[in-house]
Amino acid sequence: MASEAKTVEAGAPPVYHHIDPVNAYHASKLGMWLFLATEILLFSVLFSAFAVYNWMYFEYFHDAATKLDWRLGAINTAVLLFSSYTAAVAVYKAQISDNRGVVINFGISFLCGLIFLVIKYIEYSAKYEHGYFPGTSYWNSTEFSAHYKNYFGLYYTMTGLHALHVVIGMGVLLWVIGLARKNRFSSRYYTPVELGALYWHLVDLIWIFLFPLLYLID
Amino acid sequence: MGIHSYAVDEIGHLKENNYLNCDKSLRSWLFTLDHKRIALLYLASLLVFFFLGGLSAIFMRLHLYNVEKPLLSPDAYNVAFTFHGVLMIFLFIVPGIPAVLGNFLLPLMIGAKDVAFPRLNLLSLWIYWLGALVGIIGIINPVWILKYLQGSAISQWIPLDTGWTFYAPYSTSTGAGEGWGTIMMTLAAFILGFSSILTGLNFMVTIHRLRAPGLTWFKLPVFVWGIYATSAIQVLATPVVGITLLLLIVEKVFGIGIFDPAKGGDPILYQHFFWFYSHPVVYIMVLPAFGIIGEIIPVFSRKPIFGYTAVVFSSVGIAVVSFIVWAHHMYTSGMSPFSQAVFSATTFAVAVPTAIKVFNWVSTMYKGSIRFDPAMLYAMAFVFLFMIAGTSGIFLAVLGLDIFYHDTYFVVAHFHYTIQGGAVIGLIAGLHFWFPKITGRMYNPGVAKLAFWLIFLGFNVTFIPQFILGVQGMPRRYAFYLPEFEPMHRLSTFGTFFNAFGYTLAILNLAWSWAFSKVKAGANPYDALGLEWQAPSPPPHDNFVVPPNVEIGRYDYGVPVNLVAQKEVVRS
Repeated sequence: MASEAKTVEAGAPPVYHHIDPVNAYHASKLGMWLFLATEILLFSVLFSAFAVYNWMYFEYFHDAATKLDWRLGAINTAVLLFSSYTAAVAVYKAQISDNRGVVINFGISFLCGLIFLVIKYIEYSAKYEHGYFPGTSYWNSTEFSAHYKNYFGLYYTMTGLHALHVVIGMGVLLWVIGLARKNRFSSRYYTPVELGALYWHLVDLIWIFLFPLLYLID
Repeated sequence: MGIHSYAVDEIGHLKENNYLNCDKSLRSWLFTLDHKRIALLYLASLLVFFFLGGLSAIFMRLHLYNVEKPLLSPDAYNVAFTFHGVLMIFLFIVPGIPAVLGNFLLPLMIGAKDVAFPRLNLLSLWIYWLGALVGIIGIINPVWILKYLQGSAISQWIPLDTGWTFYAPYSTSTGAGEGWGTIMMTLAAFILGFSSILTGLNFMVTIHRLRAPGLTWFKLPVFVWGIYATSAIQVLATPVVGITLLLLIVEKVFGIGIFDPAKGGDPILYQHFFWFYSHPVVYIMVLPAFGIIGEIIPVFSRKPIFGYTAVVFSSVGIAVVSFIVWAHHMYTSGMSPFSQAVFSATTFAVAVPTAIKVFNWVSTMYKGSIRFDPAMLYAMAFVFLFMIAGTSGIFLAVLGLDIFYHDTYFVVAHFHYTIQGGAVIGLIAGLHFWFPKITGRMYNPGVAKLAFWLIFLGFNVTFIPQFILGVQGMPRRYAFYLPEFEPMHRLSTFGTFFNAFGYTLAILNLAWSWAFSKVKAGANPYDALGLEWQAPSPPPHDNFVVPPNVEIGRYDYGVPVNLVAQKEVVRS
């Protein structure tokens, strides 16, 4: 059923069993927006948990936030913002049937994702060396207050879940790059490029909220 | 699907090349992209869990029949009610109507060949099966299974015994695998939720994009509106339970206090997150049932549905309000009086759209030409039972009364009136109503009516005593009770057996009729209006042989020209 024709002409929309290509484009886009809504809700619960504990353990949270390096956070913010720009350019390139442009621009976004993860790794390992990481001896000692743990627990949960989304987003970008290398996109068909870019923007957007919340509350 | 010839006989029965027999291999079922087959696979899976959940309810009721000679140990009783709740809620009634009847009917009702994303639809089903597997591991106790597989000395086996609400910190520190059972079960809820999200997303996009040309929003069947409202809740509420899982894991693995007060966490926060998902979930269960009743009553009253627009907006209204009532489960948990008052008021507000629906159903029947088919009997029982459910809900919304009724059998009875009397009866009503469309055969109406009366009477005999027990102060989830509660408990147990026997009979009757009935059903056995009745029974893989006529108003009974037009579509 609807076995997508394997030898389509370059840039032609795939053949659907029951839905015309224009409708399929709009349907996919609506589906993606709904999915993004669920992602926002997923994170919004973490935001509200953060708000509750920030209110309960106000001083601890503000003190703990100073342990993060806001400069690294700021660099990461800039990196992701730039990657969102190139993702948006990639959609434009697809719309003008420039598959090479899609490869280059999504490639840059992909590299930005990689840079983001490397910086995140540097941050995490610095935390580990300072003993702000679960399992280290300082973390387990009585000097380290349970309320600092609340902060860092949420910090690792929120940034960890976000990093997971970065990894998934990079996978999506890679998949679309693979399609673009086969000249699949044209002004008639660029749905995967647009959906991939939408997802990448969401990943960026969530970081925009995480950064001030976690790094700049003091 | 290749080229098929569709030999439809004069009543619209499609013997060859319908969706059931166009390809008979097992692979064609497990990898099907056909929304109709996916619906049937869901139905079969759901009935298994309905049966298991029902069985554990019978054990509980048998135990409570005579606590002098208890059938279960108190620990086993805890496991039984957890098993019952988890299975019935997460594996049976939440996917319930949308997954079965929604999947089957939605494309037919809007004149489409399938849902918007058929592959995603199949993925939802597979994810559901995965979630069921994980959930069962969670109930059995993952740590115990691990020890068993490693062959190490097995300590005492403690399955999940927290109730379906998994309140922290009990659920995260003790019991099944010292909290890992709860984590697995929350993981299962999240996986099942993913299935639910994808189904909801799929349906919303389908309704937006795949309506037949000319079928505008306010010509849509009320069932489709019900599914639409349900889908919105599925998409928006389910992520919250997923994140709760993540926080549970963080608490467990990193030893950070999220919900455990011993570690600086907040158990009330768990309840907030849990109910933010789990209250809207009851509307996921019951909103599509409202839609089913709205479809059945006009057909068997031969009258247009009363106040179509009001019915539509009440569905949407219930979906909206469902998100701002969750804390009414937590009046006794510790909340500011102001918040309590707000949540009490919003809970009262639910009564308004719900009452609109009841008035519409009753007004549709008023001066109608009523035919008491089994589906209609179920629909009328639904209205009756849901009235009791709704009004008892008002009792519980009242702050002062709820302090008394909280965690008593009154709540248990109220909940079962809404979910069994509402969602389950709605599902059974819908299965009877659309059975000819699904199978191309008619069921035995006599047996169906007998089963109906067993269910209806059995249900009331089971749960009216539980209202009384609740008012007398019998707390829920207790394995033992004081002697003065005995008569009502015994009566309730009697009712359970009639109820269970009724469901068994109803389902067996449908199964038997499908397998052995000689009575063919045509495209439109009830002379009903609506697009799904224009397709042959059972429908072909692509649903329609000729493009459906959307000009015929779905609820325009009493306009003879419509029925004539409908018949012409069927014949052509």
